[in-house]
Amino acid sequence: MSEWESVIGLEIHAQLATRSKIFSGASTAFGAEPNTQACAVDLGLPGVLPVLNQEAVTMAIRFGVAIDAEIDHHSVFARKNYFYPDLPKGYQISQYELPIVGKGHVFISPAEGELKEVGITRAHLEEDAGKSIHDQFPEQSAIDLNRAGTPLLEIVSEPDMRSAKEAVAYARKIHSLVRYLEICDGNMQEGSFRCDANVSVRRKGEQKLGTRAELKNINSFRFLERAINIEIERQIDLIEDGGSVVQETRLYDSERDETRSMRSKEEANDYRYFPDPDLLPVAITDEDIERIRASLPELPEQKKKRYIDELGLSDYNAELLTANRDTASYFETALAEIPGQNAQLANWILGDLTGALNKANLEIGESPITPLMLAQLISRISDDTISGKMAKEVFEAMWQGDGSADDIIEARGLKQITDSGAIESLIDAVIAANPEQVEQYRAGKDKVLGFFVGQVMKQSQGKANPGQVNAILREKLKP
Amino acid sequence: MARSVTEIRQGLAAGEFSSVEITQDYLARIAQHNPALNCFISVTDDIALAQAREADAALARGEAGALTGVPLAHKDLFCTDGVKTSCGSRILDNFIAPYDATIIENFRRDGAVMLGKTNMDEFAMGSSNENSWYGSVANPWNTAHVPGGSSGGSAAAVAAGLAPGATGTDTGGSIRQPAALCGVTGIKPTYGRVSRYGMIAYGSSLDQGGPFACSAEDCALLLQTMSGFDRRDSTSAEQAVPDYCGALGKGIEGLKIGLPKEYFAEGLDDRIAAVIETAVAELRKLGAEIQDISLPNTGLSIPTYYVIAMAECSSNLSRFDGVRFGYRCENPVDLEDLYKRSRGEGFGAEVKRRIMIGTYALSAGYYDAYYLKAQQLRRMIKQDFQQAFDSVDLILGPTTPETAFKLGAKTDDPVSMYLQDIYTISLNLAGLPGMSLPAGFIDGLPVGMQLIGNYFDEAALLNAAHSYQQVSDWHLQTPEAFK
Repeated sequence: MSEWESVIGLEIHAQLATRSKIFSGASTAFGAEPNTQACAVDLGLPGVLPVLNQEAVTMAIRFGVAIDAEIDHHSVFARKNYFYPDLPKGYQISQYELPIVGKGHVFISPAEGELKEVGITRAHLEEDAGKSIHDQFPEQSAIDLNRAGTPLLEIVSEPDMRSAKEAVAYARKIHSLVRYLEICDGNMQEGSFRCDANVSVRRKGEQKLGTRAELKNINSFRFLERAINIEIERQIDLIEDGGSVVQETRLYDSERDETRSMRSKEEANDYRYFPDPDLLPVAITDEDIERIRASLPELPEQKKKRYIDELGLSDYNAELLTANRDTASYFETALAEIPGQNAQLANWILGDLTGALNKANLEIGESPITPLMLAQLISRISDDTISGKMAKEVFEAMWQGDGSADDIIEARGLKQITDSGAIESLIDAVIAANPEQVEQYRAGKDKVLGFFVGQVMKQSQGKANPGQVNAILREKLKP
Repeated sequence: MARSVTEIRQGLAAGEFSSVEITQDYLARIAQHNPALNCFISVTDDIALAQAREADAALARGEAGALTGVPLAHKDLFCTDGVKTSCGSRILDNFIAPYDATIIENFRRDGAVMLGKTNMDEFAMGSSNENSWYGSVANPWNTAHVPGGSSGGSAAAVAAGLAPGATGTDTGGSIRQPAALCGVTGIKPTYGRVSRYGMIAYGSSLDQGGPFACSAEDCALLLQTMSGFDRRDSTSAEQAVPDYCGALGKGIEGLKIGLPKEYFAEGLDDRIAAVIETAVAELRKLGAEIQDISLPNTGLSIPTYYVIAMAECSSNLSRFDGVRFGYRCENPVDLEDLYKRSRGEGFGAEVKRRIMIGTYALSAGYYDAYYLKAQQLRRMIKQDFQQAFDSVDLILGPTTPETAFKLGAKTDDPVSMYLQDIYTISLNLAGLPGMSLPAGFIDGLPVGMQLIGNYFDEAALLNAAHSYQQVSDWHLQTPEAFK
């Protein structure tokens, strides 16, 4: 492997979260009965004309502003011509020469402490095609045009990634960004966020790019990493065996864990792009761009910086908490309840909560423990109602659905004993019962203190405040 | 008896006849003459009579709109809800449109009655109406001759008195040329004046709908209804529509009219030149100031047009694939077979020729040499006109280089057919309005005079044409067989 370098660029299709389609008034909602959300325009009936949904343009500009991109004042829609049954007009309205978003960039952090800039060549608006369904009717294909005309933002990166890991970090970054910007729901299973990867390999030190293959049909970050790694291996094996890579489109098959050829360059269509005469060029003013810039939410980079500078979190924790909008919003909602407890909260979210979520395969938005519940738990630690150890038990119970922290503490009698009189009498009893150990301690054997703490905690059934127990014990054991 | 739109409105208002009566009258004329002329692809008797009854009721209530009760015919490329909309093609022979084009809605709003759908060159591609799946249309002035195209059915229907007015579309001359050849008045408005929604596209950047009638006055009435911004058509103009009828009768004293020398050059029938010169003399008598001008890039308009129109049509016609609507071949063995045979059997020869040329012009490696070059020439042609309009108000010339030719005379010579549009085509490239009105006859066949106006200045065109029609009677002539 070491003598090879892989070069990866991604094409990401983000489905924009507009209510209606990009060129018609039909709904974009997912999951309706086939062909119930396709109007005359989506069906490509004779005589119909497209009318641009301004909201899609605004969303594309939001993205452009967020990646610090050049945004042209003049953008043009073009027709990409090819025949396919789920492409009703025989052409897709897309953008070719003058995309709405020009050159921009994002920073990725493929591993702790690493920071890398990835260039974005362009992002353009286009309409989605419908869906062909081949397995429902014997010997016939069915077509569902509900998806036809759904707005997509195609985000094309520079070939700046050098490993599958970097590609995934980039894809996650874009995923996070479009969700922060509220322009895409990011749902990969429903196809709202799709990645195609252009992969090539070359010997280290070589300047010229190798021949690339385009990988399609990747619907999770895990598969993205897997597909790229398999493809890199395939290409290296091929070249080392004396063969050469051909430019082609390859399909990733997650069940067989392989990529296979879909069509070669020779079979590729000549799309005959030309400006769509049915649509006027989109005119974007500086005022439009500034108005949109002003409406942007706090973006991950800014948020991360604030977490570090103002909340005193570590770089690593700040990165993890801001990596996706839902985690950051969870953190901020909980923090509003327990201001100042930044580090404790971060540790709980990134530790126990993330662990539990991963185990249950849940997203943070689906957590059975709400931000308010977690905040209450943490405040019960800080006000000494329970110990940190007890808190783990309460957390577990909350996860199981036993109620809020207060409910569980109450129901299980987990409240700490913080009354020093009660603790003193417990200690007195333990000292009286263990004269030998008292002698040892007073003779300088400090370790015995642990024995006394353990005994007191045992007597209190774990409810005595360990800090107080420690302090009082030291006082009473003084020679 | 055939009447003008204006006469019908007056007669209905005065209660001389009802809309049902006049509609029945036209339906009877269609039944009598259509077999010889083949103007109509569909005659919508039931719809016409139902609309006429509604119109009579509205008239009785005193709620008449601008065209209430007036029967009209529509070119069969305007989608009409529940009615076959064939575009003159086999591929749409079974297509019942599920919606109305905007202009059809407009006519409905203003109370007009639909007599039927008129014959046309397939997908509006042609200058003789011989490219129709439904057969050619005969010219009412001499049934051995073509009516012109592509809106041949509409022009012939108005000429023969089978409808007092009709709609057409003009991509390179498809209103003006058949108007000239059939001796009727027709106007192609500025690109963007009339909504293209529901108008089956040929060359989207060139297509524009407009009316045919017996006079400029009638055209003004019909254009009023057709015009206006439509949010469903992004290329329609968000610009107020003036009162076209109110603009008539102002006279043309002091109007500056330019005669482009390129429109009177080689290729023009001398007899047509003479007819136009006579008409120009009339206009001068009415006070117009005539001057010679030049449109130096006129000769480039035909190649420019054919690259752009064909490129656009090659894409516009991709939706006719046998998958969702229209003709599908029998027993396709696979997807490619379905496409190839549905399109191969569904489209006629001229449509296939244009799709192939357009596909070639847009192909990788040829795009710059053809499509991009044509766009540059298009700008030059537009500049010619803009410069001309710095010194004149209107431009005048012949509509066509010759009168209606014989059926079959040019079917084997597409280039000669394309040259029929030499004077009309550059307006579409520039997006300018133009109209054709009758100016005389040669051997019993009408001669058309073309007027070209500045952007959105249809009112000036209509007023000049109206002024001429006040002192001439060419537009009042009716072919003997259809009196």
